[in-house]
Amino acid sequence: MQIGRVIGTVVSTQKHRTLHASKLMLVQPTHPDGTDRGIALLAIDGVGAGIGERVLVVVEGKSAGQVLGQKSATIDAAIVGIIDEIDLFEALP
Amino acid sequence: MYIAKVVGTVVATPKDPRLDAKTLLVIQPLTPDGADTGKTLVASDGVGAGVGEHVFYVRGAEASFPWAPDHVPTDASIVGIIDHWHVETPA
Amino acid sequence: MILAKVVGTVVATRKDEKLVSTKLLLVRPVDPKGKADGAHLVAIDTVDAGPGETVLVVSGSSARMATGLGSCPVDAAIVGVVDTVTIAVKE
Repeated sequence: MQIGRVIGTVVSTQKHRTLHASKLMLVQPTHPDGTDRGIALLAIDGVGAGIGERVLVVVEGKSAGQVLGQKSATIDAAIVGIIDEIDLFEALP
Repeated sequence: MYIAKVVGTVVATPKDPRLDAKTLLVIQPLTPDGADTGKTLVASDGVGAGVGEHVFYVRGAEASFPWAPDHVPTDASIVGIIDHWHVETPA
Repeated sequence: MILAKVVGTVVATRKDEKLVSTKLLLVRPVDPKGKADGAHLVAIDTVDAGPGETVLVVSGSSARMATGLGSCPVDAAIVGVVDTVTIAVKE
């Protein structure tokens, strides 16, 4: 799973029927220290995350579909957790 | 499927029970002309490959198919040892 | 599978109900010599790995084949604790 930060929401009226009633969030992947890495991705939200929160994102189709409770939803990424804290065993290099 | 060279072995005692008795090998993916490409990875071995051999491997959910119907938690499996391969270079 | 080092834990109270009571570890991919290689990721631990240990991480849909993760939304699972990695000397 990837660590990321919710940076926005995406509203789409016309979308695939399997995505109806799903909440689409724009997530910026980050390093554990919170700095950005890579490009933002779009994930459906399964846990009620808000903008600014640090989240766990699963990037794999079937797993993401399970968040919606569907076997064949047209998604490849989902927010599955809101991070309370990250404890490091040693300082990051 | 992809071409790779077996470059090492991995020993892991505590592991998922369905990985027990499976050989784990470190493989280096290769380009068609035999040069190293990308990072090494660990693959389960379905064919009895050894260090130094050229092999081909599958990635993803299909990697557990050599042990079907068991659901072995692996995402890369060696499924063949290459005797030789040939690449035609366009003139 | 990739080799990775366990560098931290992740605590998330609010999460998908199928992930409740799973252990989430922060891992950093490493090359066979143990050098960090690539971005951190969060993996579910199925073999009771500890801090600083080198582990085997299976990713993609194969992660769900790890013990107890059958219907979890997960794309990375720790399925083994590595004892040793042996690499052939490059000729």
